[in-house]
Amino acid sequence: MFYREVGQFKSTYAADMAIFPIRQDRIGIAVMLGLAVIAIPLVANDFVLASIMIPGLVFTLAAIGLNILTGYAGQISLGTGAFMGVGAYAAFKMASAFPQVNVIVWILASGVFSAGVGVVFGLPSLRIKGLYLAVTTLAAQFFLDWCFVRVGWLTDYSSSGAIEAARRSLFGIAITGPEATPLARYFVVLGLVVLLTFVASNLVHGRIGRTWMMVRDMDIAAELMGVRLLPAKLLAFAVSSYFAGVAGAMMVFFWLGAAEPSAFGISLSFQVLFMVIIGGLGSMIGSYFGAAFIWALPVLIKFTPNLFGIEIQSATVEHANSMIVGALIIFFLIVEPHGLAKLWAVTKQKLRVWPFPW
Amino acid sequence: MRSSLPPIAKGEPILQVENISLSFGGVNALTDVSFDILAGEVRAIIGPNGAGKTSMLNVINGFYHPQVGRVIHRGEARTGRKPHEAARRGIGRTFQNVALFKGLSTLDNIMAGRTLKMTRGFFWQCLRFGPALNEEIDHRRKVEEIIDFLEIEHIRKVPVGKLPYGLKKRVELGRALAQEPELLLLDEPMAGMNLEEKEDMSRFILDIRETFGTTIALIEHDMGVVMDLSDRVVVLEYGRKIADGTPDEVQNDPVVIDAYLGRSH
Repeated sequence: MFYREVGQFKSTYAADMAIFPIRQDRIGIAVMLGLAVIAIPLVANDFVLASIMIPGLVFTLAAIGLNILTGYAGQISLGTGAFMGVGAYAAFKMASAFPQVNVIVWILASGVFSAGVGVVFGLPSLRIKGLYLAVTTLAAQFFLDWCFVRVGWLTDYSSSGAIEAARRSLFGIAITGPEATPLARYFVVLGLVVLLTFVASNLVHGRIGRTWMMVRDMDIAAELMGVRLLPAKLLAFAVSSYFAGVAGAMMVFFWLGAAEPSAFGISLSFQVLFMVIIGGLGSMIGSYFGAAFIWALPVLIKFTPNLFGIEIQSATVEHANSMIVGALIIFFLIVEPHGLAKLWAVTKQKLRVWPFPW
Repeated sequence: MRSSLPPIAKGEPILQVENISLSFGGVNALTDVSFDILAGEVRAIIGPNGAGKTSMLNVINGFYHPQVGRVIHRGEARTGRKPHEAARRGIGRTFQNVALFKGLSTLDNIMAGRTLKMTRGFFWQCLRFGPALNEEIDHRRKVEEIIDFLEIEHIRKVPVGKLPYGLKKRVELGRALAQEPELLLLDEPMAGMNLEEKEDMSRFILDIRETFGTTIALIEHDMGVVMDLSDRVVVLEYGRKIADGTPDEVQNDPVVIDAYLGRSH
């Protein structure tokens, strides 16, 4: 009833080509941002911030990265976890080598390293397609995993083999390390994720994003439009790995505080891939949905019984959790194979014409 | 980039195909085929199924590289040239079995044809503001002209996967037009269409030549359409050229009649 575009006439192409052409969508986004900036910090406790919001946002960023590669450019990758690792180790090395430079600079720069690594492992994509490419990217996963464990230089020869987030601050407030409050970390993470979502959304709505989708949908026709396939695919690998790398760096610095090589294993790659598939391939909002579904939902389910004062053994909760989430994944994929984003789009379409759908 | 190419006078050869032979393994797709396409004409390539017509277009495009012979485009031999280079040199193309970007809307499909003409780099694309947005809007204006020209305003925002076949063909033509090609290769633009749609398409093809001065090479099976539209016809059979001339000459050529109807034994 309220979601309707009647009377919103567009008289310029700019207005028609806006990313949110309908006024209600723009208001919706503003409200969501308002909630994230004002309401959540006011009502949420440290647990919600540190265990749901921060990891949720970090995973969202990783999912956006993989979505650029798989959803927009059509190249399946199973190396996301390793690319996140490259970002994390790069940020760790640089933050300890140049402590005088602000850590946020290094976190944003760490993605450049994973972009470079991503390009190298993206080279086979010219010849290898689909599932075969996925297997090739597994090579990246295993090779980089090996590097994280074996190359001592990466961890500054720490005896435990783990990397740790150094103590750093922004405007005098600690944002990384043990002293940083969840609230401060949340604000930094939120700012970075919103900024990078904005960039990703601009990219996929412009010429470059269109080039990626051309390569995805019909590569011979794309060539005929003058697209050179290898540079287009490598750019997708670079941008995707950049996002994954920054997400990996944020994972260590703002969420976990320290990480062992096993944190960037194949299970992380799969987790992000599931977020992208459940959320919706080729959709920005889908990356948010996917991260919320795969990360936040299990945490919520786990702590719901406690909220109502019901005493259940944690093992039972754990089992129930897997079952519920598994069932929901199957349910959503049957209802809408194109993911939650498509479900969202269908709902909006229905609302637009409600209550007279004919 | 049409503007960067020097104009070519009507009647001058824009493309010459010389002694092309192409084989896949032991199968000879084309054997010693030569013909030319003159600027401003509608040139038809006809022949029974499997005659090598689409292979010929693929050679011109650069998808296939012939073992023998060369393609001379605008006076320069272009053996080994890639499809994206052909696009840069003003050759547009549609496909026999529609090759649209199915996840994109009609508008985006036609915008895709403008890819080469967009120049703003990565930095501006990240911001989608200022120069990048202005460029996008300029090209949108061009695309809207093509949408008007092909009368597909009503399906502007529809994902092309949902369109009926006839409209898909029209969108594909629009995408090729958006490249502003100097030479347009149409691979069976009227396959699977009813009479009305064929008439529409024929009108568009003639209008394209009239309005944009585009040279057109088309493959078509409907003889009525071919004879009405084209200035000159080349006939292929089993990968060999068996006739070349005006529609009237070709129509009355006994070799061509034999190829289509079979000869009596």
